[in-house]
Amino acid sequence: MAYSEKVLDHYENPRNVGSFAKEEAETVGTGMVGAPACGDVMKLQIKVNAAGVIEDAKFKTYGCGSAIASSSLVTEWVKGKTLDEALGIKNTQIAEELALPPVKIHCSILAEDAIKAAVEDYRKKHDSQ
Amino acid sequence: MQEYYSLFSLPERYAIDPARLEDAYRSVQAQVHPDRFAHRPEAERRVAMQWATLANEAFRTLKSPLERARYLLERRGAPVDPERNTGMSPAFLMQQMEWRESVEEAASDAVELERLHRELARDERVMFDDLAQALDEAADLPRAGELVQRLMFMEKLRREITDALARLEE
Repeated sequence: MAYSEKVLDHYENPRNVGSFAKEEAETVGTGMVGAPACGDVMKLQIKVNAAGVIEDAKFKTYGCGSAIASSSLVTEWVKGKTLDEALGIKNTQIAEELALPPVKIHCSILAEDAIKAAVEDYRKKHDSQ
Repeated sequence: MQEYYSLFSLPERYAIDPARLEDAYRSVQAQVHPDRFAHRPEAERRVAMQWATLANEAFRTLKSPLERARYLLERRGAPVDPERNTGMSPAFLMQQMEWRESVEEAASDAVELERLHRELARDERVMFDDLAQALDEAADLPRAGELVQRLMFMEKLRREITDALARLEE
């Protein structure tokens, strides 16, 4: 199966790979998700400023090209967004942007769920204070 | 569709005797073998062929510890949907990520890869024992479903390790 150009671009030059330092944990929300169907594991981190805006994001994904591209793409998309705006990102938008074939739709679902999990983790940390 | 366990006259349990399964499969295959139907009418040949296909599918499913569990969960009304279900326990996923990192780091170290493989096999055995307990004793379907999903990740890990070892041997 051929990957689209955009998938290849993100796969070969993934944006924002890595993790935030432990010292930054206070301002960081971490989402861990996995897709049993393919065994992909994805970690997405968002760094949120005092105004509640995501100022930076990082990811680490073990999976196929589409999973890596989907997570790389959403780290770019969430930057500059509020938490609620980030939650508005739908897997269909990711799939469309990357021209994912139907068998790879679950990769975009994984990326959407990773955003949700990261936002939830951030909110849980801050609501309990 | 004919149910797999009754096709082979086996009790519908997760724990299965591989030798008995194999015998039952061979006996069904012998009954519907194309050679026996070579001189029979077209309709009969087609039916025999369908039985042979079903027996292959049933054997393949029941022989695999993971596929067998998925089949039982489906029969009991709690199918695993691995495409949609991304909300695994974060601790488990974190551990998976660490495993994958270890495999990546050991890419050129056959001894370390072998060690990881043994560790993985040990964890898997414990999980398969739990799975048998959840399906045959406790009838705890949510627990069984969770274990099946975890084991699907373990299977992927196993492939990663064997692929890495194969690359070293080339």
